[in-house]
Amino acid sequence: MTDLDLGPVWLTLRLAAVTVILLLVVGTPLAWWLAHTRTRVKPLIEAVTALPLVLPPTVLGFYLLVLFAPGAPLGAAWLGLTGETLTFSFSGLVLASMLYSLPFVVQPLQGAFEAVGRSPLEAAAVLGARPLDAFFTVASPLALRGYLTATVLGFAHTLGEFGVVLMVGGNIPGRTRVVSIAIYEQVETLNYAQAHVLAGGLLVFSFAVLVLVYALNRRYPVHTA
Amino acid sequence: MKLDCALRVSHPGFTLEIEETLYLTGISAVMGASGSGKSTLLRALAGLETPQRARITLNDWPLHDSVAGLCLPPHRRGIGYVFQDARLFGHRRVLGNLNFARQRARPANGGAPALDAVIAALDLSSLLERRTQGLSGGERQRVAIARALLANPRLLLLDEPLSALDLGRKTELLPYIRALPGRFGIPLIYVSHAVEEVAQLADEVLILDAGRVTARGEVHEVLERPEAEAVSGHFEAGVLLDARVRRQVPEFDLTELDLAGQHLTLPRVEAPPGTPLRLRVRARDVALALARVEGVSIRNQLQARVLRIDAEPEGAYAEVLLDLPGAEPGRAHLRARITREAAANLELAVGQPVWALVKSVSFDRRDLGSPERNQG
Repeated sequence: MTDLDLGPVWLTLRLAAVTVILLLVVGTPLAWWLAHTRTRVKPLIEAVTALPLVLPPTVLGFYLLVLFAPGAPLGAAWLGLTGETLTFSFSGLVLASMLYSLPFVVQPLQGAFEAVGRSPLEAAAVLGARPLDAFFTVASPLALRGYLTATVLGFAHTLGEFGVVLMVGGNIPGRTRVVSIAIYEQVETLNYAQAHVLAGGLLVFSFAVLVLVYALNRRYPVHTA
Repeated sequence: MKLDCALRVSHPGFTLEIEETLYLTGISAVMGASGSGKSTLLRALAGLETPQRARITLNDWPLHDSVAGLCLPPHRRGIGYVFQDARLFGHRRVLGNLNFARQRARPANGGAPALDAVIAALDLSSLLERRTQGLSGGERQRVAIARALLANPRLLLLDEPLSALDLGRKTELLPYIRALPGRFGIPLIYVSHAVEEVAQLADEVLILDAGRVTARGEVHEVLERPEAEAVSGHFEAGVLLDARVRRQVPEFDLTELDLAGQHLTLPRVEAPPGTPLRLRVRARDVALALARVEGVSIRNQLQARVLRIDAEPEGAYAEVLLDLPGAEPGRAHLRARITREAAANLELAVGQPVWALVKSVSFDRRDLGSPERNQG
């Protein structure tokens, strides 16, 4: 038995962190729009956002692989811009993870913004707060619980990703070999001891994260005006 | 302050259409039943609702002009708004709520009023470190009013700020609101469906019914009109009287008032002689007699003269409008709701002198428009 290779652990944590940070940036306006829009296409957008929840990861991964291929428009554009392919690269994994974990970030945020409602924003506006000011100083703090839930769930869900990574990223040490892929490989090579360490670690971590989410939900009830 | 306002808001099944020029001083009330459009009007003034068609100017400064394609957003109008449900920010303490407004206050007119002055005016010094969730309804509204003032608005709108409170809290809050225009030099528009509140607070009244202005003018005059009755209901109809404290009668816990040279007594009001009081007397609390009545528990008997008799064409009642000698002539000073049979039996006629019997208790303490009753 060789020493435990911690490379996949660091890579996984980095992937999850980058994914969640980018998702919060992209997901906030989307969630805000979904929470406040009255457009008739809202159910359509909501369904698209929720698709990764029900789609088999291999299906998502397959379509992404096709899109990311250097011959496809998206893959080619990326290659032209960065000199790096989207397939079998860390950037590609981040992009794939963002789609894969999108509902886990957008849905808690949307729920929180809906719970906050328009009333506090109107109150802020008549006190002289511009819309962006009101968003940062009133809506966001009131939606704090949504942000905590979104961060933790998005992070944890990205950690556990397997199918999409396998399709888009493959198994390249240091670049795309995340924990779940590493476990799969250890099992393939009948190296159960190392598989146990990684699997156990992931189990304990995931459990701790969920306990944290539920504890935070108790600690930070949604503020009402 | 001149508010020019022509607007039209259409919702399914409801249209608000208004074209008025208001000269705002002190407290102007907009009174109407629920669904009459009064909140919609206020929201349109503040920019929280966008009318289909509107031209609104405040002191000739355009806020909304749908022809020119101008519509200032709420944060640029400089109009304060106190919501029915207070809408304090739950993630900030009371002082944090006040500071939110101070940090965004309009710089015009020498900036926002001093924090200390506002805290004192609304009696908030003991609440500053409290969380908003723990406040009572009355406390929340006091904080909301203070917060609105600290943004230094040019005009303050109050949207039924008392409607969610019980009677005791309402009574507590009225004097605070009444004192605001004098203390901070800012006009108020106060929206309510409660005739009692309007009677206590307002200088001018505008009555809204089904999205249209049906009456408008000075409060004493408007509240006597049938349009006001349509809002308050027949049962609550009455008049406002301006009296002054004459002397205290400590041995009976009574206060004697002077009303155009005649005397009225009511349960003690803690106020020095000369203090003006606004009284509201409901028509159903006034009885009539042809001569002064002895041997009766009703102490307040006023000499009056019949000004008009309005008999219901169908129904048992008649309303008799009276004026008091010595008071401003030509206006109804009292109204009495009596049966048509009684009116016929007493052979009441216009110009006839009568005695108006007013039960002392009908001058309910909450009917007194003075901060002093707060201490009672």
